[in-house]
Amino acid sequence: MEHITLLLGIVIVTALVFDFTNGFHDTANAMATTISTGALKPKTAVAMSAVLNLVGAFLSVEVAKTISGGIINEDGLKTEVIFAALVGAILWNLLTWLLGLPSSSSHALFGGLIGAAVMSMGWSSVNGGTVVTKVLLPAIAAPLVAGIAATLATRLTYKISSRTDEKATSKGYRAGQIASAGLVSLAHGTNDAQKTMGIITLALITGGVLNPGANPPMWVIVSAGVAIAMGTYLGGWRIIRTMGKGLTELAPPQGFAAQTSAATAILASSHIGFSLSTTQVCSGAVMGAGLGRKGGVVRWSTATRMFVAWGLTLPAAGLVGAGAELLTKQGTWGIATTAALLIGGSAVIWQLSRRQPVDHTNVTADEIGSAGADAEPAGVVTTAIAAVSPPPAGPVAAATEAIKDTAAGTAAAVDVRTTISPAPAASATAVADSARPATV
Amino acid sequence: MKIDWAALGSVFGVSLAVTVALVGLFTLGIVGLSKQEQAREAQAAGGSAAALPARVGAYACFALCAGAVAYGISLIVA
Repeated sequence: MEHITLLLGIVIVTALVFDFTNGFHDTANAMATTISTGALKPKTAVAMSAVLNLVGAFLSVEVAKTISGGIINEDGLKTEVIFAALVGAILWNLLTWLLGLPSSSSHALFGGLIGAAVMSMGWSSVNGGTVVTKVLLPAIAAPLVAGIAATLATRLTYKISSRTDEKATSKGYRAGQIASAGLVSLAHGTNDAQKTMGIITLALITGGVLNPGANPPMWVIVSAGVAIAMGTYLGGWRIIRTMGKGLTELAPPQGFAAQTSAATAILASSHIGFSLSTTQVCSGAVMGAGLGRKGGVVRWSTATRMFVAWGLTLPAAGLVGAGAELLTKQGTWGIATTAALLIGGSAVIWQLSRRQPVDHTNVTADEIGSAGADAEPAGVVTTAIAAVSPPPAGPVAAATEAIKDTAAGTAAAVDVRTTISPAPAASATAVADSARPATV
Repeated sequence: MKIDWAALGSVFGVSLAVTVALVGLFTLGIVGLSKQEQAREAQAAGGSAAALPARVGAYACFALCAGAVAYGISLIVA
């Protein structure tokens, strides 16, 4: 009993950490173009997105019933498999963030789940056809759908407004863009926070804390919403930079067209039932808007790297998930090792990111350092910028220190406190408290 | 493996139509407002140009866009 409770606690914490990385990985979707066209100041933009994500988490009561949407057979899914899957997804999210590449958090989670499930139950547990229809096909369709819409919309808006003063109209475009970006944030909070709620609820049901078919308890909803909002507010500046400036240069009309096309495609896809990845829709929309303007350029080298990352998401997260599952199968020490590896890996990636920090002050700058954030992946890692600039004040700085001092055993508990900072740590305590009455 | 081409097609069609329509409407609204300002300046300079139709048209466009946003929110909530 003790064992199950500990594992359950670790899974809940890891799920919240995934939710958090999901938030800061996907801030770019809503806010990259808004920031790069100057519609909102960087800090204002992420704050607005964070609030809307939080609101979105509370808006809908229909929590995701399955984690994978039928990709793997979830009957008899063990709690440790969910944990291994989350480890794979988190590490891939952090790695793509380090490289500044927008990639789908849901696909990372799917990849981790597939890897862990195969390692645990064999290939028969994966539904190959669903992988094609839910992951591969949407990855091709999403940028095309949003991109073509954005291209045509950009052309149209330039045509209509060709005879008016650019200065007079750009204010209007910016206002429109903020509205579209708000819709994207709201939809993101509703979809992705609910995914985490689904995972935690499923883990609680698997662990026997909740009855099958039960609704998520309030603390699950609150902590998932807060985790995603904190992640969003921290801002994945590297990815924002790639989307807002790396792929193409956007003027206000293009930013408006891109964001509107992204919002429409996301809502249409979730409503009609052919789900598209938010990240891929937004990246496609940005590229489409770049192509729509006369003389607009898309940097295909950056775009190619992004496409490669999309292709690698599933297998890479899957491999990590499979490796993690191999370890967790070994029992308690395996789970502890996996948790330690997760924390160690995250700390290493964070350390590497400090060599060439991208934050709200330089997110729209033309050049960063000598190589720039757009450098080849190897460049980011090897470029020696001698002076490691002082880390930003507050929780993150404390995080690395604490991670270094953390012993493996107590790792998971500290992990949430360090990575997510005060509020969710409080909710993690609430987890322990409110989980107990539920077992009685 | 069954690919739901109909759903994919309608996502594509709806996204395309709605995006282009919304962006077009909003642009018309912006252009209308800037025309109205031009007209007002022209009036101040002694000319006579009708500011009212441009203004009404612009607000009508914005109202339609606001309606679309409200519908979007209702889709998210539902």
